[in-house]
Amino acid sequence: MSDVVIRVEGLGKKFKLGTSEPYYRLSEAIVGLARHAAAFPKRLFSSSTSSDASNNIPAHAPNEFWALKDINFEVKRGDVVGIIGRNGAGKSTLLKILSQITEPTEGRFGIKGRVASLLEVGTGFHPELTGRENIFLSGSILGMSKFEIKRKFDEITNFAGTDKFLDTPVKRYSSGMQVRLGFAIAAHLEPEILIVDEVLAVGDAEFQKKCVGKMGEVSKSGRTILFVSHNLAAVRSMCNKSLLLQNGIARFFGDTDHCLKEYSNSFRQPIQNHAAHLGSQIHILNAYVDLPDERLLTTDDRVTLKLVYRVSQPQITISIGLAVYREGELLFSSVNRPGASETPDPFYKIPMDPCVYICDCTLPGYFLNDGDYFITFRIYDNSNNTIAETSGIQLTIHDSATMRDDYLGIWQGMIRPQLSWNTYRQDHTLAENNYET
Amino acid sequence: MSSNTAEDGFRYYGPRPNWQWVDVAELWRFRELIWTFAQRDLKIRYRQTAVGAVWAILQPLLTMAIFAVLFGLLTAKPTSSGIPYAITCLCGLIPWKLFEGTITASTTSLVQNQNILQKVYFPKMILPLASLIPPLVDFAIAFCLLLVLMPFFGVAYSIKMLALPLVLIGLLAVSLAVSLWLSALNAIYRDVQFIVPFMLQIGMFISPVVYEMNAIIPEKWRWLYSLNPMAGVLELFRWSILGLPAPSFSSLAISLSGTLLLLLGGMFYFRRMERFFSDRI
Repeated sequence: MSDVVIRVEGLGKKFKLGTSEPYYRLSEAIVGLARHAAAFPKRLFSSSTSSDASNNIPAHAPNEFWALKDINFEVKRGDVVGIIGRNGAGKSTLLKILSQITEPTEGRFGIKGRVASLLEVGTGFHPELTGRENIFLSGSILGMSKFEIKRKFDEITNFAGTDKFLDTPVKRYSSGMQVRLGFAIAAHLEPEILIVDEVLAVGDAEFQKKCVGKMGEVSKSGRTILFVSHNLAAVRSMCNKSLLLQNGIARFFGDTDHCLKEYSNSFRQPIQNHAAHLGSQIHILNAYVDLPDERLLTTDDRVTLKLVYRVSQPQITISIGLAVYREGELLFSSVNRPGASETPDPFYKIPMDPCVYICDCTLPGYFLNDGDYFITFRIYDNSNNTIAETSGIQLTIHDSATMRDDYLGIWQGMIRPQLSWNTYRQDHTLAENNYET
Repeated sequence: MSSNTAEDGFRYYGPRPNWQWVDVAELWRFRELIWTFAQRDLKIRYRQTAVGAVWAILQPLLTMAIFAVLFGLLTAKPTSSGIPYAITCLCGLIPWKLFEGTITASTTSLVQNQNILQKVYFPKMILPLASLIPPLVDFAIAFCLLLVLMPFFGVAYSIKMLALPLVLIGLLAVSLAVSLWLSALNAIYRDVQFIVPFMLQIGMFISPVVYEMNAIIPEKWRWLYSLNPMAGVLELFRWSILGLPAPSFSSLAISLSGTLLLLLGGMFYFRRMERFFSDRI
């Protein structure tokens, strides 16, 4: 019991949207005040019931929004807790509340020990000041004492690798250097509880590796970390516990593997029938991503896409095509013609009788990168005119650790194919002959 | 955010009551940060200027020169003490510049540091507190100039100068009181930063800055005039530096209680608004 260092009890945060927001400008305040005064005689004469009604805020006012609702969990000393969830799930709001930046609307949280929050790299940097001055400035804002900063100064500059530029104003630093310096300061905080927001999403690969190493070191030294990230590989490798947020509600708290599984289930919600009907002889009934078990689709997995359609007239011959988009760009397309398929599709341009048919298309594993893809199916008639098509089906691929080894940064690119890499030695004389002529 | 007293070693935070007293213990824990922010502002202030901190001397000198010429042209008598105008005017201008500098900096202090406010927690009162320090440095420089000029104009140092630290504390209290109100208001209503320059201009004329109160303000209106907390403080400066007669007890009492009310009100108002800053700024 004594080992609990963070206790969150019924935490909730409400935001007001639109007009109910109190005045931002003085003129609005004056207008508001005038309106209030003008309404005063009316209130004097109106019955008490109506004034009561105006005081009572309806339970679900349309311009209120609960970013977080009834969050409860406990974190023990030395836990590394990942906070995951889609965009807008309330992750950042939770971190902001726990770092005391915003106040909860209801509930409370208890903290035992010194807390440092890292919601940004290079907090408080001033561009006009030199690297040296900024180390003291940012360190002090993040909660280090001057003495502590002095003691760790050399360590910080070594870690950042910016020794040569200590007396240069930070505005002349490259953005990479600024990030390195910012993280170096943060990494040398020694709080008992560290709250981190997605800091790993910046910086070059080598530096990210350094950061992950440092985070590991910090957690091994028995300190507690709360870590928000979209990088599931990083969460899986670092966090022993995870909290899954969904629309402001805690869906799961506990073991990371279990939590990631829950997270994947949240993507399994049935994909609606995107079918569009262009021809009367063929109706698309459904198009979806096949998820065989309770797992997230990762970059390792083969992905099977299914198109279900009904043929209503006899003796129809069709072909089926597929297009995969990413970030609004066509990534590739394919058709079920024999040359484009590993094994020929038995119904390619073969007369079909009225029935429901299912068409499978399997994309290889180790092929798509992590991220969101959109897929459309098209059905063509004998002369390659489109007779039916689906709107975009979303396919979310998650990161797997397999290809990464110890690299935890962003994997650039639209796809992430597994390639054949090989290095071998070549005879000296032969090499020179080949390359020097 | 409120921290209820630690039960079982935990410090609890939740929605806090509307009206709260300043958490002095917390401010004390964060005292180094006041100096950090002040140092940052001091370093940036005169960077890329040709004469740097000489501006701290030039500003009051130039203002004094303008008013000396103006009053000369008008053949008006803004003083009744018989002390050279340059000296008695500087005695008003130097503390006024401190007030003006603090108000100008603190009004926008929360808004200008909003990126930090949204990423790290610290008691927000640190920021208006820190804006007191750079003008205080200017004050010290300009005050040295005054000490050099006084014998030059044949004005003797008064023994009452020993009371100057107390008077300075009074000046800082007035500056902080106004700062707390304006910085909190400006965080919510940005109009404030546009009003402040006018307020300061008017303030300079309704305070005994470029004139002595006794020479200009009729006796029967002095009580009203003393409602301006700066009036009392500035007269006290002349009293302690130049050995002029002290302001009457009644006008001092009015000024002092006005200052105290303003300061206490500012503290409560700031604390009340503090919790909204990061959501609304």
